[in-house]
Amino acid sequence: MTTHAENIGAVSSKHPVMAKKPSPIMDYLTTTDHKKIGVMYLWFSFGMFLVGGLFALIVRTQLATADGSFVDKDRYNQMFTMHGSIMLFLFIIPMWSGWGNYIVPLQIGALDMAFPRINALSFWLLPVGAVTILSGYFTKGGWAANGWTAYQPISGAHQAAQSPGTGMDLWLIGVLIITIASSLGAINFLVTIFKMRAPGMTMFRMPVFTWNIAVTSILALLAAPVLMSALSMAFIDRNYGGSIFDPNTGGNAILWQNLFWFYSHPAVYIMILPAFGLISEVLPVFSRKPLFGYKAFVFATMAIGALGFSVWAHHMFTTGAVLLGFFAFMTSLIAIPTGVKFFNWLATLWRGQLSFPTPMVFALGFLSMFLIGGINGMFTAQPPIDYALHDTYWVVAHIHYVLFGGSVFAVYAAFYFWFPKLTGRFLDERLGYIHFALTFLGFNLTFFPMHMLGLAGMPRRIAQYAQNDQWEPLNLVATVGAFLIAVSTLPFIYNVLRSMKHGAPAGSDPWEANSLEWWTTSPPPVYNFASLPPIRSERPVLDMRLEAQARDRLAAETKLDPGTAPA
Amino acid sequence: MSSIATTPETAVEGGRPAGMSMPLLGMVLFIASEVMFFGGLFGAYFNLKAEAAGGVWPPEGIDVHSTIPGIFTVILIISSFTLHAAVNSIKRGNNRGLVRWTVITLILGLVFLAGQLYDYSTLDFTIRDGVYGTLFYTLTGFHGAHVFAGLVYLFIVLIRASTGQFTRHSHAAVEGASLYWHFVDVVWIVLFLILYVLK
Repeated sequence: MTTHAENIGAVSSKHPVMAKKPSPIMDYLTTTDHKKIGVMYLWFSFGMFLVGGLFALIVRTQLATADGSFVDKDRYNQMFTMHGSIMLFLFIIPMWSGWGNYIVPLQIGALDMAFPRINALSFWLLPVGAVTILSGYFTKGGWAANGWTAYQPISGAHQAAQSPGTGMDLWLIGVLIITIASSLGAINFLVTIFKMRAPGMTMFRMPVFTWNIAVTSILALLAAPVLMSALSMAFIDRNYGGSIFDPNTGGNAILWQNLFWFYSHPAVYIMILPAFGLISEVLPVFSRKPLFGYKAFVFATMAIGALGFSVWAHHMFTTGAVLLGFFAFMTSLIAIPTGVKFFNWLATLWRGQLSFPTPMVFALGFLSMFLIGGINGMFTAQPPIDYALHDTYWVVAHIHYVLFGGSVFAVYAAFYFWFPKLTGRFLDERLGYIHFALTFLGFNLTFFPMHMLGLAGMPRRIAQYAQNDQWEPLNLVATVGAFLIAVSTLPFIYNVLRSMKHGAPAGSDPWEANSLEWWTTSPPPVYNFASLPPIRSERPVLDMRLEAQARDRLAAETKLDPGTAPA
Repeated sequence: MSSIATTPETAVEGGRPAGMSMPLLGMVLFIASEVMFFGGLFGAYFNLKAEAAGGVWPPEGIDVHSTIPGIFTVILIISSFTLHAAVNSIKRGNNRGLVRWTVITLILGLVFLAGQLYDYSTLDFTIRDGVYGTLFYTLTGFHGAHVFAGLVYLFIVLIRASTGQFTRHSHAAVEGASLYWHFVDVVWIVLFLILYVLK
């Protein structure tokens, strides 16, 4: 099965594009190649994962025991604000942009993204946004300190209490830059997917990951600008004496929450839909079966995207300013397409020839953990229960089961699955299993007790709590788990750095997979494809493999019994 | 919208039927995101208007006149037609027509911006004067910034046109500029209606 790949390799080494080699640094600084930009996204966002993780460790250290005094209260507020902001805006969203950047053009058989220079701009805006947010440290009052939700007007200029410093202004500008990058990226993905598909690849022959990136991009395109408008108005409030969000001057604090969640709830799907897509690539490959119900899956993705715009106020039940019944109903509706997806995944596994290499293990971790996140979310979506659980650690448990148990497990699955495509080498399986075990254990140790803490009434975002027999042991367990998560990244980092040079060679299609990215060499040449197979289904590479097998069998039979050979 | 007509070089791409060219589709999607941006601002306006103290809107002491902005609204609407004429010129391969109509559009746009600044100078409230002041200057200010961006875009189109970079078949940038300009125009018409007419 490597003949086509060898042919491509032979072309690439002689190709004039490959002949001249600029210095690698200048190359990456100036590149418009979607693969290099994708790889930069991955490095950048994983780096941000580590930074955000450090902030989380400080938070957990503070909360390990009652009356914690590891950092003072002001600094503590900054820690959880930075943790949330970095993880959401600078880790998960860009991480999926990175995988999308690398994989989507390959999956649809395109040469590059539609607008390569805008693509480079979308990436390079991210470090600018990151530096802007993080430079708050050097201002009077330090980083922004009122949570990643930046509720107004406690972050307004008129109130001295919470986050009046320049750090908050830098946060607003930084997030504005990041959301601009995000919507430019969305435009790029959509035009690429609509316009640059290979001949024969209809919309309903696109790989599911590409479908999910498409729906994600629609969400980012339509939701991110609403956050931009809110950020702009908050900036005007704080710096030019505006009064849009301040009730003292005729403004409306709830307005911020409406605008913020109008972006940030779809943003949850921006973070999780690509994970759904990735899982739907991994499960069929390691079950040796097609994805069960491809079209149902695609329509479920669209339904989640559409419903995602009508549920934002379930974050605001306790404000008393929203229609409880409507938003609870719409939120519950989302369980239906999500349930369709779970059914698709389980039916894909059902009676498959299962194998359990690392990508599959992480994918199964995703299935079980995200299920918990989905179920505890359904509880929180019911107003009577939400009134009891709002702003408690239950909500913290929920968001982490969705975004860590969901998105992060899928991100790791993506690394193990596509690393051979990026580098031509496998990640080490044994280190991968250790990585999975530590992550799975650390994750559940950290976040499962938070359900109990929430039910026991512990509010989120508090810097200290008094001696309490119920809270203290659970918090200690969570802190131990957090450090275990930190440790779990070490075998992964070592594995990546080592396998880039010394991993086992993988070849072009190591998993015997389905979609077009496995047709070209690993790593792919600058121009992606020397030739494309005919695309007659959503699994063109499988089609070609079956065709080759049929040809081989025919040849063998012909050899054995020349008399029966077809004309 | 006739300005999204298919140009021959986009007609067949990989054997699939023709559609909008890639740059134009990018511009349409960009405009969709802009609609959502202004949607957020308009949402804030209507929300705060609905909750205004005593239901008085604009609040006591705020006085806006519609005569001067009305004149400049007409100028901006005319500029949409002149730019449309520019697009039609290059579609017929008439580069001189493109340059001429783009220059006229640029001048009309500049007049509009100058008019908006003049209108600001006649108002006796500022961005600091309560929720109406903030909303008024935020909405019109962001719109003005978009007009300015449109002028920069048109200026680039003008330079490219006067160096002969557009042809009858290849002028996506002109059509993109035209779409964007029409969008900015429509936003102003909505703004004019809600700020000056349907107070």
